[in-house]
Parts: sequence; C-alpha cells; structure tokens
Amino acid sequence: MTLTLSRPAVDGGPPATRRRARRARVPYLMLVPALLFYAFVVLWPTLQGAGYAFTDWAGRSETPGFVGLDNFTELFSAPAARSALRNTLVIAVSTTIVQTLVGLALALALHSALASRNLLRTMFFAPALLPPVIIGFLWQYILTPAGPLNDALGAVGLGGLAQNWLGDSSVALASVIAVIIWQNAGLTMVIYLAGLEGVPPELHEAATMDGAGRWQRLRHVTLPLLVPATTIALSLTLIGSLKLFDQVYVMTGGGPGYATETLSVVMYKEAFVSGRYGYSTAIALVLTMIVFAFALLQLRGLRRFEVQQ
Amino acid sequence: MSVVAVRSAARRRWTLPRIGAELGMLALAAIFLFPFYVFLTVALKTPAELARSPLSVPTDPALANFTEAWQRGDLGTAMVNSVVVTSLSVALLVACGSLAAYVLARRGTRLGYGMYLLFLLGLMIPLQLGMVPLYQLMRDLNLLQTYTSLIIFEIGHQLPLAVFLYAGFLRALPRDYEEAARVDGAGSLAVFRRIVFPLLRPVTGTVVILSAINIWNDFLTPLLYVGGSPQQTLPVAIFAFRGEFASQWQVIFAGMGIAIVPILVVYFLLQKYIIKGFASGIKG
Repeated sequence: MTLTLSRPAVDGGPPATRRRARRARVPYLMLVPALLFYAFVVLWPTLQGAGYAFTDWAGRSETPGFVGLDNFTELFSAPAARSALRNTLVIAVSTTIVQTLVGLALALALHSALASRNLLRTMFFAPALLPPVIIGFLWQYILTPAGPLNDALGAVGLGGLAQNWLGDSSVALASVIAVIIWQNAGLTMVIYLAGLEGVPPELHEAATMDGAGRWQRLRHVTLPLLVPATTIALSLTLIGSLKLFDQVYVMTGGGPGYATETLSVVMYKEAFVSGRYGYSTAIALVLTMIVFAFALLQLRGLRRFEVQQ
Repeated sequence: MSVVAVRSAARRRWTLPRIGAELGMLALAAIFLFPFYVFLTVALKTPAELARSPLSVPTDPALANFTEAWQRGDLGTAMVNSVVVTSLSVALLVACGSLAAYVLARRGTRLGYGMYLLFLLGLMIPLQLGMVPLYQLMRDLNLLQTYTSLIIFEIGHQLPLAVFLYAGFLRALPRDYEEAARVDGAGSLAVFRRIVFPLLRPVTGTVVILSAINIWNDFLTPLLYVGGSPQQTLPVAIFAFRGEFASQWQVIFAGMGIAIVPILVVYFLLQKYIIKGFASGIKG
C-alpha cells in the first residue's frame, strides 16, 4: 500500500487554456458505476456503523437508543474485549516485526546465485495464496496435542518441547502468530525481492572496489535502497494483522478462555451470536481508530527515517 | 553480496560453501513445507493407518477420502459457486474500476483528487465497521443467500485496490493516442473502450490476479451472506465440512485438497505474473 499522497501534477508545459481547448474533459459520469458500488458497500454502511457505535441497537425490530459512550466504557472493562484489544496489538506488532525480518532474510538468501532459487521462491510464496480458512484447519490439526508437530519433535529427540499448542493459554497466542507468519512471510519476501531487483549491481561493484565487505555492503548499499519496499511490507502486514479474523476464528475461536481473542473475532461474536449490534460496531470503531493511528504513526516514522538517510 | 560477481563465479563451479548454502536452504524449505507434507499424507491415509503411523508416507493411498469428501461435502456445487462469484465480480470490477480510475487520473481538479483519496481510504477502513449495517441492508433487500449479494460486496470491497492500481498506471500513460482519437471526433466512452482500455492490459492482469485470489479466498462475508445455503462458496463449504466431519481429519484434508487444486493449478501456470502482482505490495 504505497499511498502517494502528493497531488500529481496533471498540467505542465503549455498554458492551461490552450490545453483545455484541445482536450475534451473525461466526463465524471464514467465514475458513477464504481461510486455506486463503493458507496453502497463501503461508504454508507461505514458511516452508519460509526453512528450505531453510540447506540444500544439490537436488531431490526428495536429502535436504536443513544447511549453515549457506554459501549466504549464496557469495551474497556469487559474481559473479552480487553483481552481482544491487547491481543490485537500484540499480534500486529509481533507479526509485523518478525514477518518483515523473516521476509527480508528469505529475499536476501534467494536473491543470490542459488541454483534452486526459483523453486524455493515458488515454495515459500505458496502459503500466501491459499485460503486462510484452509491454512487455519491445517495448523489446527498439526498443533493438536497428539498431532504431527509434537510427533515430529519427539522423533528428533525434542519431545520435551511438546506443548498443547492451541489449548494452553500461555502458548496459544504465540502459536497463532507463528501460523500467520508462516503463511505470509513469502508475501514479504516477494516484495523485498522486487526491491532487490531495483538495486543497481554497479553500486555493489563500486562499494567492493572501495573495500567494503559483505556486511558493509548490505548495511550501507542494499538496506537503504530497500526503504520503499520496507514501507510497503510494513503497512501491508500491519493493517492485515490488525484486522485478523479467519485463521483465529477457525483455529481457536478466540480461546482457550480469551487467550487468542482479537477485536475482529469479538466483534463478529457480539454481532452475530449475541445480536448486540450497537456494542459490536463500537468494537469495530475502536479497531478502525487503531488502524488509522498506526497508519499515521508509520507515515511519520518513515518520513523521519527518510530525512535521516 | 555483489550479485554479478557471485553469479558469474557461481556459474563456473560448485564450491564447498556454495553446496553448503544450497543444502542449507533446501533443508529450511523442507521444514517450511512440512505442513504440506502433513496435508498430503493425511488426506491419503485410512483412519487406521493415520492412528498407527501419523507421520509416515501412506503405504496404500486411500483415494476413497477424496470421493467421500467430494460427494458428502457437495464440493462440486461449492466450486461452481466460487467460479461464478469470482469471475462475475472480477469482470465487473475491472469494468467499473478502470473507468473510474480513468476519470480520476485524467481530471486534475480538486474534486477529482478528493474522490481518488476517498477510494484509497477503502484500503484502510476495516470492513467490520460497516459489516452489520450492510448485512441488514442486504437482508432488507432480500439479497441474502444469493450470488448477487456476494458479487455486489466483492466489487465494492475490491474497488479501492483496482482504482489505486489503474490510476497509478494511467498517470504514467501518455495521452497522445486518446487526444488523436478525440480530434478524429470519437466520444469519451469510445476513446476509452477502443484506445485506453487495450493499453491497460498489463495492469488489468495484475488487478485480475490479485482480486480473483482475494475473492476466491474470502471467508467472513461469504459466511454471513451465503453460509448454509446452496450458494455457498468453497471456503464456507470447507468450514461447514469441518464441523460436520469433526475428527475425520483424513476426509477433511481430502476436501481441503480438492478446494486448493484450482489455486495451485493457476499458480503453477501464471507463477511469474502472480508473484509480480503481489510484489507490487497490495492485498485487499
């Protein structure tokens, strides 16, 4: 998600009047079909949702009553929602950091002369394409107490590390995070590989002639040139992991207890199991605020980083 | 890591460090792919063999798991549903998205730019905020449990991505051809259809690939709209399937295997384009 926020220069060169006379304008009418779909699916429901967050709305027959900030007070005191808030932040931060590092390492390793590099790229990227529901069930089975992971650990003499990966509340969240990273590390990898393609080999040659070693070249030539790719990878992972639903819902349903609850999962359960529409949209509004806050934070952080470079 | 030097050196001979690096990466890949090994072997085992030797290679592949999954899970219907929903959504998305981006990229006005930002906002807004109101709206319009509800949703949901990709491409596209056609008296729509859209082919490929995969894999909204109906798509059918077969993992895995075959086939055919598309860094 590389958002180019600066307004693109459309006119330049000949005086605007002359150009305008020569160029008929593209009619706004052509925008209408897209705008209708977008307004119907995203804009209007989102605005409605933001409004319902301040009501006790509970379904079609009920008239929503304004309750002020009650939903938010409840959200910050109810154990499920509090746990979800904490887990969502933990998942987002840890997934983003680890996945970016793993993806970068894979990209650096596979942007080399390895004979098997194309095969390996194909393999590492494959999980990112598969439905999260299927990935969730696959890992749910692998992580059962008598499942393949514990069997495999036993087979290589590491039986002592065996866990009830999804059933023990002290490791369940870490297991979920590991599955997410396993699925999406390949995505970060291909973003970095695209970035590495753009690093001119001459720069490396020049640095080598100046006596720079492997690490120095990585540190002072490659990494600074990967800042744009890092921006893309970070925002993609961050926003995706904040909204995380599918894998958690199918693997643990938020359990054991509230150990792996996320805001998306709690929101879904409050809305479609408990029928508390007002409260559930309040949870969604908090999630939205968090997404926007992280996006702003990242934008500012990266700008500062780019200035320093 | 001077790429050129390493590459030319590597082509010449297999040195010991290089063999080590190759083997190390292959070992890492083997560990990484362990879940796929489990996937395949479990799907091919009988319950007895699965209990006896969970990690081994199946001695006598039990293809019966696949026929059972296919028939009892009604996966054929789900696959048809997924194909219908994905292809219609993608076709309409391409049409609406490219047209909209054309306006937004060619109109340099404040309004045009504001609209462009409005579409980009959709890349960030979690769908959860509008989820309940939209669900109610679909219900009031009697659209739940129809393809229509899903197709409308997927188009609206994927539009920010399509508009973003198309607008970026269009801004870099010279206007000479369009202007020549206009001088010849062609109208805006004709210019778009005959001149501009064909020039957009590379980015259309990216839009098709990314949105098709996103839509094919989508779970939460399809679960809400068509869950439990004959219109349910593959991820929803698999979810129901898991509940129904509880602990018959070999049948569940066979069903999941069937469900991912179309994606894997497309992946191996269009690998280069798919990886390039995702490398552009957008996923809805």
